[in-house]
Amino acid sequence: MMRGAAAAAEAFARRHRLRWWEALPWIAALAAFFVFPTYLSFGTQLLVTVLFALSLDLVLGYAGIVTLGHAAFFGAGAYTVGMLAAHAGWNEPLSGLAAAAAVAATIGFLSGLVLLRTHGLTLLMLTLCTMALLEQAANMGAAWTGGFDGIPGLKFQKILGLFEFDVLYFRTQYLYALAVLFACFVLVRTLVYSSFGQSLTGVRENVLRMHAVGAPVRTRLVVAYTISAALAGVAGGLFAQATGFVNLAVLGLDRSAGVMIMLILGGYGRLYGAFVGAVAFLLLEHVLAKAYPTAWQLGVGVLLVLVALYARNGILGLAEPLARRFAARRGGV
Amino acid sequence: MDIAGVFLGGFAAGMVLFIVSVGLSVTMGLMGFVNLAHGGFAMLGGYTMVLAMKHAGLGFVAALALAFVAVALLAGLLERTLYARLYRAGELDQVLFTIGLVFVMIAAITLGVGPETQTIRLPDWMRGETDLGFVRYRTYSLVVIATGVALALALWLGFERTRFGARIRAAVDNRRMAASLGVDVGRLFTVTFAIGSGLAAVGGGLGAEILGLDPNYPLRYLAYFLIVVAVGGLGRVTGVFFAALLIGVLDFVLKIHFPKGGTMFIYALTLVLLLARPQGLFGRKGA
Repeated sequence: MMRGAAAAAEAFARRHRLRWWEALPWIAALAAFFVFPTYLSFGTQLLVTVLFALSLDLVLGYAGIVTLGHAAFFGAGAYTVGMLAAHAGWNEPLSGLAAAAAVAATIGFLSGLVLLRTHGLTLLMLTLCTMALLEQAANMGAAWTGGFDGIPGLKFQKILGLFEFDVLYFRTQYLYALAVLFACFVLVRTLVYSSFGQSLTGVRENVLRMHAVGAPVRTRLVVAYTISAALAGVAGGLFAQATGFVNLAVLGLDRSAGVMIMLILGGYGRLYGAFVGAVAFLLLEHVLAKAYPTAWQLGVGVLLVLVALYARNGILGLAEPLARRFAARRGGV
Repeated sequence: MDIAGVFLGGFAAGMVLFIVSVGLSVTMGLMGFVNLAHGGFAMLGGYTMVLAMKHAGLGFVAALALAFVAVALLAGLLERTLYARLYRAGELDQVLFTIGLVFVMIAAITLGVGPETQTIRLPDWMRGETDLGFVRYRTYSLVVIATGVALALALWLGFERTRFGARIRAAVDNRRMAASLGVDVGRLFTVTFAIGSGLAAVGGGLGAEILGLDPNYPLRYLAYFLIVVAVGGLGRVTGVFFAALLIGVLDFVLKIHFPKGGTMFIYALTLVLLLARPQGLFGRKGA
């Protein structure tokens, strides 16, 4: 018993350390660049979606905030980059991403201050309504946002003045998105293993107890929500830069619900669930939509139902007992 | 159009929302189950009607009754076999499951019937206009309103005056207490879920003229159904009725006067209402 407790404490103290398998997604992403040179446009979409799902994981997986309006921040980032480039001639990519993050973070902070007092169905509906209002605003402000058609044909400067956007094969965009994703991932990983991340998990697991020990619950939630919004804004900005257009689809319920599904599918609150879920969902959708254009939803739907019934913690949750057994055999924990 | 006409149009739309959403409100209030597939049952009801009228030659009313029975049976079966396994799971697993179910329903309809919009042929007696004395209005809309009001009354009586309704109210307020008093909550939920889904089917079929009918139906109106439930308050039949009426009339009026930004006001109103009363207009504090 004592040994078990000590081992658990040891594992807890070491859990932030890098493990060998954490290099795998990045190796795979780099390998994909060389193995599938004609699929880099799709690959860029994948990376952007992974970043978006990662931003959601911070609030949904760690802080336990169930939101159906996360596309509000993705869309805010995308429209910021798009409108700055189209109307203000601000088409330097990296500062564009910074502006996207700032705008999304502002919206996240302001809405979080008001909305995060509620929970459950009410919070779900409030986040959804906030997003829908932004969508309607984008639809009506056609002079600035292009309305229903959006803003096509965006042009951006070379990244760092060195790398030109590759309109045909998306080679630059892919590596650019991968670099941004990596930077954001390091930030999120550091955050969730910090004491701040610990207190977020505490709020998710038992709000009353966190109040009782005097943790500033509301402040923590608003800060997490703001950071998550900024990251989602970066994902949206990246989307606009990589594809060269913005339209209303970046702000819709489809995108919000879709990214939530991907995250749950991969396994929320696990950092890498965003990677596994987004890749599994989008690959399946891509392959099925090509093979059966009318019925791709059947395969995806069956997968979601099966995962919900038999793999409670998503795809990664399935792998965890295997990993534990493997670690136990090696004498570790 | 005059004021009475606009009000009646909105009333009819609101009644469709009510008939579809009331089951969702009760099941979410009863078991706390996040059933995003509820609109799917409404769509299946509509398609049952289309197929029954086209291929079996049933009349409008008979097809509507068939839609209720068929969808209620299917929903009861799904509840026993699949939904029941997820009651103890977290709400996120429930979201994943019900969205997956919606995808399966959409694909089944797209494959089996086709992706195009379907119309349900109204019987002759519903097509004209009826003179109400103060206004002449589409008979169809008046039938929808009458059905909605009649169902609301029946449900209210069922909830307030029958033993079954008392059991549901008890289980909504405190499920464990109700169970310890001998209420078979599991069976109660199967029956409620089946009836609620059957009502959704009626709403889907009867309201096809107003909401339309195509495979994307469950996702397109998901936000509306959820808004009605959240604004009305979980598990409150009267709450859902007035919330549906409010949303239906407002949506109808605003779409006529501001065709570009009509839905904006619905979302803004929901935002304000829920911030002022997080438990919904008719919900109970702490529920």
